[in-house]
Amino acid sequence: MPPDADETVQPSPSSPASRLRYQPEIVVEHGPDPGEPPSADVVLLDRLRRGDADAFTSLVDSWSPVMLRVARSFVSTDASAQEVVQETWLAVLRGLDGFEGRSSLRTWVFRILTNLGKTRGVREARTVPWSSVDDSEGGGRTMDPSRFRGAHDQWPDHWTPLGAPRRWVPSPEEAVVMSEVRGLVAAALDELPERQRVVVSMRDVVGMAADEVCEALQISPQNQRVLLHRGRARLRQSLEDYYRGVTPS
Amino acid sequence: MNAGSQEGVGVDCAQVVELITEYLEGHLDPAMTAEVEAHLAECEGCQVYLEQMRQTIGSLGRVPLGELSPQVRAELLAAFGAMRGGPS
Repeated sequence: MPPDADETVQPSPSSPASRLRYQPEIVVEHGPDPGEPPSADVVLLDRLRRGDADAFTSLVDSWSPVMLRVARSFVSTDASAQEVVQETWLAVLRGLDGFEGRSSLRTWVFRILTNLGKTRGVREARTVPWSSVDDSEGGGRTMDPSRFRGAHDQWPDHWTPLGAPRRWVPSPEEAVVMSEVRGLVAAALDELPERQRVVVSMRDVVGMAADEVCEALQISPQNQRVLLHRGRARLRQSLEDYYRGVTPS
Repeated sequence: MNAGSQEGVGVDCAQVVELITEYLEGHLDPAMTAEVEAHLAECEGCQVYLEQMRQTIGSLGRVPLGELSPQVRAELLAAFGAMRGGPS
């Protein structure tokens, strides 16, 4: 068992434990309502619209770290990411009265963030069109085909003895390698093609749900999965390269 | 389907590698999920691959988030006061 069981990933549709606290602490001031209790969004929006600075401060403090990570996946410097997040919050303040609540507040904020991030990314020439997934990001296969047996083998497309992945020792969760692995993964993430980097950042670094990512980026569920798969596969390969380097084979 | 000499294993390793995200996302239909799991039960290489994908995802969950600069934070709080005109 890894020491930090919270970070174990289960094969389920949900992401790793989200690092995005869904809402800052909200005190619901209404009494119990036998009908429909106001959602946390409604309460929060009401406080923001009434000019409650504590509500805004709390929201900025709880969401900005995640927003910066997402922004950083669109733009090339931390300073640009700070500006994108700042512009996003200002746009949120301007749009507060017009927000109709058809999506959650969080989804709306991340739509604004990703739109500003995309625009900024284009200006910094870091971005490519988002409209479709094509083969320019690595083609159909994510694994070197030479690691599988050939078509005439008794076991075609099964691992060759040398091609089969070997266990990573010590595992990435162990303290002796954890910080090095974290640095390596962060660097490898930065080198992914943009769309893969953005999707992997939102899903796996931040812990957003698949449907939320699709809505924020306006991509189909299928595209989301393809980008996630290619991105994760490349990062796994980076880790494997690292372990092959440190582990005598 | 007759898998012949492959001991009833319906998907090969190369396919499992490309299906692993759909599997982790719970997006494979039950029949394909069963095939992938039957393959995993017998294939150590693919078990390791799956474990490594989970470890990769786990490592991503430890990549640091950002930290809002104090100046930007102060500017935002001031903008809120100016735009929303709160009493405090």
